[in-house]
Amino acid sequence: MEKKVIEAIGISKSFHDPLTVKVLTDISFSINAGEFVSVVGKSGCGKSTLLYILSTMDTNYEGELLLDGISMTNKKDAELAMVRNEKIGFVFQFHYLLNEFNNLQNVMLPGLKLANLSPKEVEHHAYQKLKILGIEKEALKYPNQLSGGQKQRVAIARALINEPLIIMGDEPTGNLDKKNSDVVFNIFKELAEEYHQSLLIVTHDLDFAAKTHRTITMEDGKIMSHGLSSS
Amino acid sequence: MKFKLIAEISFALLRARLKQTMVAAFGVTFSITMFITLLSFMGGLNDLLDNLILNRTPHIRLFNEISASSIQPIAKSKAYAGAYNFISHVKPKNDLLEIRNSEAIIKALKADPNVRGVAPKNTVPVFYNVGAINLTGVIDGIDVDAENKLFTFQDYVVNGKTMDLKNTPNSIILGIGVAKKMLVQVGDNIQITTSKGTQFPLKVVGFFQSGMDEMDKIQGYVTLSTTQKILGKPASYVTDIQVKLYDMTLAPALAKKYGKLFETDAVDIQTTNSQFKTGSSIRTLISYAVGITLLIVAGFGIYNILNMMIYEKMDSIAILKATGFSGKDVNTIFITIALTIGLVGGALGLVFGFGLSAVIGQIPFNTASLPTVKTYPINYNPKFYLIGAVFSVITTYLAGYFPSRKASKIDPVDIIRGK
Ligand SMILES: Nc1ncnc2c1ncn2[C@@H]1O[C@H](COP(=O)(O)OP(=O)(O)OP(=O)(O)O)[C@@H](O)[C@H]1O
Ligand SMILES: [Mg+2]
Repeated sequence: MEKKVIEAIGISKSFHDPLTVKVLTDISFSINAGEFVSVVGKSGCGKSTLLYILSTMDTNYEGELLLDGISMTNKKDAELAMVRNEKIGFVFQFHYLLNEFNNLQNVMLPGLKLANLSPKEVEHHAYQKLKILGIEKEALKYPNQLSGGQKQRVAIARALINEPLIIMGDEPTGNLDKKNSDVVFNIFKELAEEYHQSLLIVTHDLDFAAKTHRTITMEDGKIMSHGLSSS
Repeated sequence: MKFKLIAEISFALLRARLKQTMVAAFGVTFSITMFITLLSFMGGLNDLLDNLILNRTPHIRLFNEISASSIQPIAKSKAYAGAYNFISHVKPKNDLLEIRNSEAIIKALKADPNVRGVAPKNTVPVFYNVGAINLTGVIDGIDVDAENKLFTFQDYVVNGKTMDLKNTPNSIILGIGVAKKMLVQVGDNIQITTSKGTQFPLKVVGFFQSGMDEMDKIQGYVTLSTTQKILGKPASYVTDIQVKLYDMTLAPALAKKYGKLFETDAVDIQTTNSQFKTGSSIRTLISYAVGITLLIVAGFGIYNILNMMIYEKMDSIAILKATGFSGKDVNTIFITIALTIGLVGGALGLVFGFGLSAVIGQIPFNTASLPTVKTYPINYNPKFYLIGAVFSVITTYLAGYFPSRKASKIDPVDIIRGK
């Protein structure tokens, strides 16, 4: 049996403001190491909400979440921050780069925070990640000097810096045109194939989803299909 | 290592808002500058006013109060032991003003390690004779050397020298007020009359100006031996023994001890001059209040800039938290920003405060009643600088505390969902 990097067991979530609305109902699934999984579903069906829970940023849910076989439920905020730092890489629709730092420094920040390596080594790694994404030439520029697609690639490099267990993306290509979407998709594909990187990407783009290893389909806070060939 | 990263992020955020942070830091600089200047100036002024009195006041004064003896002969009589007695109109004895055994007492005091110096004194109430008019006055017989050493007597002598008093027999240094009334010059002879009616001629060898008009209008100084001559008393006759200590705060305790030991009355400076301390402490209090008010206003400046920064940097805070910085890290980042503003602003404030008080210390300040003071008085007490530094750090920390806590509580999900 393959190693499960992430496992959700009966996760449910409700919002209570202004009325109690159940957004996620009994979500259970898992992702194996090296898998490239996409999540699709209608707008408002709870994809982002689920991703925030899986990423440990939202702790207000029922059920259990295992990351790398370790339960994340009932961990303290500071511990969860460390887990995010070490094990999870994020790519959002918006790039969230810090304009006060150049692109290389932006990529380095989570690595410096982890502090497993010396700053010199972190810099070297960051440079390599930028190279993988084909934007090493922009390393010393600042984020506001880049195009949308380039910014998103810097954001992906930042997600990669600590060689995370899994990369999560919430519509990472949502702000990009077709050409740039393809570039980003190919990068994800390459990461999965060449580096055996596990990926969980929420998307609206069905073409994009079709090209991933597996597509989880959601509807009204429930998983309709796990996309496994057997089921 | 870890703090270095936090500090780098803090400084990057600071640099991005350089102008506003400089304005905030300038607020701190301004308030600390004013705080230091105000306290140094007030401190100098307090010292000046206190010294006006305190320099000329002994820490402990030994004397005999004129009062009837509390033990009357009848109380010692064996015949009436155990009985009550009532005596009306008891009168004090004639020789009570004199401190008995003064030579031995002075010797004992000089041997005490707490004592910086001892100056014996005789006080004689007199009339200055000006033609048909008698002006009331007081003549102090002093030991010129001790008086110079302990009470900087020479600083107040504006005309003539203190040494002339010592070297010219039967000489007097007159208060400038008396001299004006009597229309005398240095070198003139004047006539005084004691309360017993004795007349005595004295040669004026100088004038003095204490800064206190009332005193200058009645006071004259002669040597101890001159007073003894005027009164027809022996060379041991002393009515006051003035003591200066190394540590003024010991005065009350030592006064009690000496009073008992030497069987005289003893009064300490704290008791005789309590009103001056009250004045100084109120002036100091006002300076602190103004200084701290300025600092609090500067604190609001820092509070504002931090709040603005946090509002602007919501996205950055969210992504920092999403990528593994804890709430505590975020808190530290903003506290670091606040403290940097406070420390830089505060340090500049200390320097400018020193500069401004030095400038004020150069401004001429001439007043007739204070012959030794030529410029505005400034007290460069390091304590003020220490308090200024501590206050600037505390206020900026408090100003940074609430915004930083707010930043640390930002939920990244709220921000990311809002995009
Ligand atoms: N803070 C909130 N309070 C109340 N309801 C919320 C809140 N956030 C989200 N919801 C509701 O939860 C449901 C799921 O939202 P979510 O953002 O997860 O949808 P989504 O699948 O990501 O949609 P989209 O594809 O448009 O991004 C929506 O119906 C939304 O209205
Ligand atoms: Mg969404």
